[in-house]
Amino acid sequence: MKAPDLISSAVANTFRAKTRTLLTILAIFVGAFTLTLTNGLGTGINAYIDDTVTSIGAEDVMTVTKTAETPDDAATGPGGGTEGPAEYNPDTITSTQPGPPGATLIALTPTDIDTLKTIDGVIDAQATKTVTPDYIQAGDGTKYTVSAGGLVTGQTIQLAAGREPADTPADTADGSANEIVLPVSYVEPLGFSDNEAALGQSVSVAVTDAGRTQHVVPATIVGVAEESIAGAAPAIIPSTSLTDLLYDTQNGGLTSSSTGTGAAPDATTGASTDVERYSQASIWFDPNATDEETTALKDDLSAAGYTGSTVADQLGTFTTIINAIVLILNAFAVIALLAASFGIVNTLLMSVQERTREIGLMKAMGMGSGKVFTLFSLEAAFIGFLGSAIGAGIAIITGTLISSALTTTFLADLPGLNLIAFDPASIAIIILAVMAIAFLAGTLPAARAAKADPVESLRYE
Amino acid sequence: MSTPILSIRDVRRSYGRGQNRFEALKGLDLDIRQGESIAIVGKSGSGKSTLMHILALLDTPSTGVVELQGADTANLRGAALNRTRNKTFGFVFQQFFLTANASVLENVVLPMKIAGIPRSERRRRGLAALEQLDLADKAGNKAVDLSGGQKQRVVIARALVNEPSIIFADEPTGNLDSTTGAAVEDILFGLNRDKGITLIVVTHDEDLAARCDRRILIRDGLLVEDSAKVAA
Ligand SMILES: Nc1ncnc2c1ncn2[C@@H]1O[C@H](COP(=O)(O)OP(=O)(O)OP(=O)(O)O)[C@@H](O)[C@H]1O
Ligand SMILES: [Mg+2]
Repeated sequence: MKAPDLISSAVANTFRAKTRTLLTILAIFVGAFTLTLTNGLGTGINAYIDDTVTSIGAEDVMTVTKTAETPDDAATGPGGGTEGPAEYNPDTITSTQPGPPGATLIALTPTDIDTLKTIDGVIDAQATKTVTPDYIQAGDGTKYTVSAGGLVTGQTIQLAAGREPADTPADTADGSANEIVLPVSYVEPLGFSDNEAALGQSVSVAVTDAGRTQHVVPATIVGVAEESIAGAAPAIIPSTSLTDLLYDTQNGGLTSSSTGTGAAPDATTGASTDVERYSQASIWFDPNATDEETTALKDDLSAAGYTGSTVADQLGTFTTIINAIVLILNAFAVIALLAASFGIVNTLLMSVQERTREIGLMKAMGMGSGKVFTLFSLEAAFIGFLGSAIGAGIAIITGTLISSALTTTFLADLPGLNLIAFDPASIAIIILAVMAIAFLAGTLPAARAAKADPVESLRYE
Repeated sequence: MSTPILSIRDVRRSYGRGQNRFEALKGLDLDIRQGESIAIVGKSGSGKSTLMHILALLDTPSTGVVELQGADTANLRGAALNRTRNKTFGFVFQQFFLTANASVLENVVLPMKIAGIPRSERRRRGLAALEQLDLADKAGNKAVDLSGGQKQRVVIARALVNEPSIIFADEPTGNLDSTTGAAVEDILFGLNRDKGITLIVVTHDEDLAARCDRRILIRDGLLVEDSAKVAA
């Protein structure tokens, strides 16, 4: 018998005992359905995380902080542990405003930035200027508290409207570089009818300098950003030059060149250097760097007394948890499939029993044992195919429906999250895997059929 | 005289072992020439079917030699054995052995499907065989829906479709009434006469046996009477 005939015979035989086949298919269906859905969940969430990675930071950028230990200690191990009491360091600053020390960091100074630039593999290093606005206000409207985020090169914002803030004043529409991107949740409170209406409008951002004087800086809205888990606290994203302006204003009370009129700035010792302190910096490395190279760079950084972490590091734990959950759910689906495979064994054993004479006749007519084995195994694989294809198909439909329902209800706060997504490759893998399981289950009955002696089969009553 | 198409020498076949050992065939010699029609008769349990299975190479003797066209079949194994079964023999059984839910045509083309003959040729030859047995109009029907006589004609169409040199028939008319049975016999003897197909029929029916060129009587696993030998 030729291969196409074997396949068509196997398919035809599958439909001979319809009820029995249907029940077996149903059992496989349940397993395949679950497997597809849980996989879709993993794909959906992980795809979302991947998208978020580019919105949190570019892949060739590392956030660098100074390790809260002496460089000597840090050098003892990669990653430089932060456990144990830290030695007092006069450079220690809180990352936010003055007050009771919360999370303390050791400030980076311009010297540190220069040091970072000399580290092998670092293409560029830039201080991250942390701006802490007091409020944002449109016209004479209500003032709202807000935080400010930075945007490094290569990073993208998930925009709901408009564009990203320009890097240099020359790129901006009116030559004033004071552009910001507004989080979508601020659009209505600030009194704009919709995202589009907010574009081009001007708002005021207030910052307080070290001398306790509040300064109001005007800015133009050029974009509206979607919220994401990355921007858990909605933050405005000012353009580079606006960030510089806000930063300088905020620290203005401390500099001699400050226009601030507050309490004598010069009374603070080391005022001029205080301005040049940053809680963290960004370094750029080769975008094509391999994992090993990235790890080597981190080791070099920690040897020099810094801690570097990529966006992937920051999201790593999250992805690991999602993968673990998906793995557990998949395990249940696989158990269901294993149970279903016993159904296949049973169905085919009955089929072999019923068709004893037919098998005997085919053998008497010169059909080889190998072909008989193939015929029954193909039947099993086909049952597996039907179960898994139908299961996967219905899972895709169900998943898509659930996903779109959730997107507009529960998950409306997480735009861009498609809870359940399907990628063709993993669907194909699921179908093939189920067919393989079915095929394996079919080998026992198929072997029995292949072994059948034609004479005994023909004598069989 | 040309080489016999089938020839067996001192064939024995026993089942079981030790105390339960049972000899179904106790040493048979037989030569069958191309184109003969032979009736194997005997009481129930005498060993007729066992002999037929050995002649058709479905079973192997415990001891003894089976030669097909002068060649010992003991060395015939695997694919070669399957090819020989497929090309040389056709089978007609009392219980028909049709696949109930498949169409008449599908049942008829099964031996050609096993032989790996292309679909279009299968169809053409299958329809021709059905035509020969006046069943062309039933080609698309389900086998289960046919009458007993029609079923046996389908079985004959299936047996001859691969143009075998020998057709084995085990009680071909056992399940049929006498009129239908006679019609089926006519077809079988027609094939024997017109196409020179060797016909080996196992039967209880003395009338059917009488229509054959030669009659062999088996009793308790022994060949006790051979009309060819008597005539000689
Ligand atoms: N697999 C087997 N194991 C044990 N004994 C068997 C086996 N097959 C056949 N026999 C015995 O061999 C003897 C011959 O059987 P066989 O089927 O050849 O008889 P038969 O002449 O065809 O009978 P009938 O006319 O009833 O079909 C019987 O006694 C039977 O019980
Ligand atoms: Mg018999």
